Amino acid sequence: MGLAQLRNETKSTSESTAVLLRELVAHLGQNRTQLREEWIRRITEGRLLTAMSKEEIFAEATSVYDSYVEALETRTLETLQAYAQNLSERIIPRGVETHEVVGIVLLLRDVLARSLFSKYHADTRMLNAVLDAYEPAANAIAITVAVGFVRERERIIRQQQEAIRELSTPVLQVRERLLILPIIGLIDPLRARQLTEQLLRGIRANRAKVVVIDITGVAAMDATVANHLVLTVESARLLGARVIVTGLSPEIAQTLVNIGVDLGKMNTVGDLQGGIEEAERLLGYKVGPLSEGMSA
Amino acid sequence: MQVPILKQGAYLIATIQSALTDADIVQLRDALVEQVGRYRSRGVIIDVTALDVMDSFATGTLRDVAHMVRLRGAETVIVGIQPDVAFAMVHMGLTLEGVTTKLDLEEGLDHLNRNIRTTAGR
Repeated sequence: MGLAQLRNETKSTSESTAVLLRELVAHLGQNRTQLREEWIRRITEGRLLTAMSKEEIFAEATSVYDSYVEALETRTLETLQAYAQNLSERIIPRGVETHEVVGIVLLLRDVLARSLFSKYHADTRMLNAVLDAYEPAANAIAITVAVGFVRERERIIRQQQEAIRELSTPVLQVRERLLILPIIGLIDPLRARQLTEQLLRGIRANRAKVVVIDITGVAAMDATVANHLVLTVESARLLGARVIVTGLSPEIAQTLVNIGVDLGKMNTVGDLQGGIEEAERLLGYKVGPLSEGMSA
Repeated sequence: MQVPILKQGAYLIATIQSALTDADIVQLRDALVEQVGRYRSRGVIIDVTALDVMDSFATGTLRDVAHMVRLRGAETVIVGIQPDVAFAMVHMGLTLEGVTTKLDLEEGLDHLNRNIRTTAGR
């Protein structure tokens, strides 16, 4: 019997929450204009969303307000989630910060809570009941929006990292069957692996015979990466391509000597120009200035 | 599975079609070394394009083939090693030292034509 009673109570609690939320939604609907104005005033006061114009803030605020009320009304977060993601996609490129987004949602929560206070302040019991219903829903909404924003940001960061990585290791064909792989910046093991992969695929795709790897832009590398470089050179040889490494800094030369590289396996030339000249020689090109008579 | 060996002019071409057992590889080695003498071949091409794994036994045996064929007066070229296979081999220290490797069959033939013409011409 106790259990049945408890169940009844739980049921009636959730029912009364629903009733309260309905009442709440009606209240928010009636005072929409006024509450929205108050909210926007506080956004401006708090110097949030400075990257956006007044009209834009007004338009965004209206739709956020409506989605907010809708989320309270339907007690589902899907629509709001979709809206939050859409909003994040639009405003992140304009430089809106995380604290601003979280800030405005919390402001809205506060503005609405205040209006509840002023409406029910005479009846403490009722006020408590309304707040009990309102607070969890409001917090869930705030979390949804914040998480949506952060997730979108992280997605953009991941995308950019990927793009930088792709950009940072181009495999260029400078002549028939001659590839250049200029490497700039720090090489971590992940990038080293990617580099090897791109180079070996590049050799197959372009049917390269000679590859010049230029590491002028690499200040230093640790023994692991240096070893990886040596392995890459040997793998390229198995594919029938010769590798010339150019632009070794004194530090890298030191590292390579320390790990005991077999210099018979690795062809190195001082700078990129020398490397390309050597490659052309291997390919049988003879490049020189046009004779006087031809250029005139 | 036995690997077919084609005689193409002065060259022998062995194209590996699928993964081989150790016995198959040994059989290939013996057949190639024997036929180099029988056909008076000048070059041998072993095409491994179809292999996506090359273990130490296969690599070692192919290296032996190259050296034995050299002793019998011909040159060996291994062609068609896949990028991933190449890197895996080097990682395990299987670098096929002293063996010529080329990108594909065309490159291998080109290499042999060039080398053998120069020696024959002089």
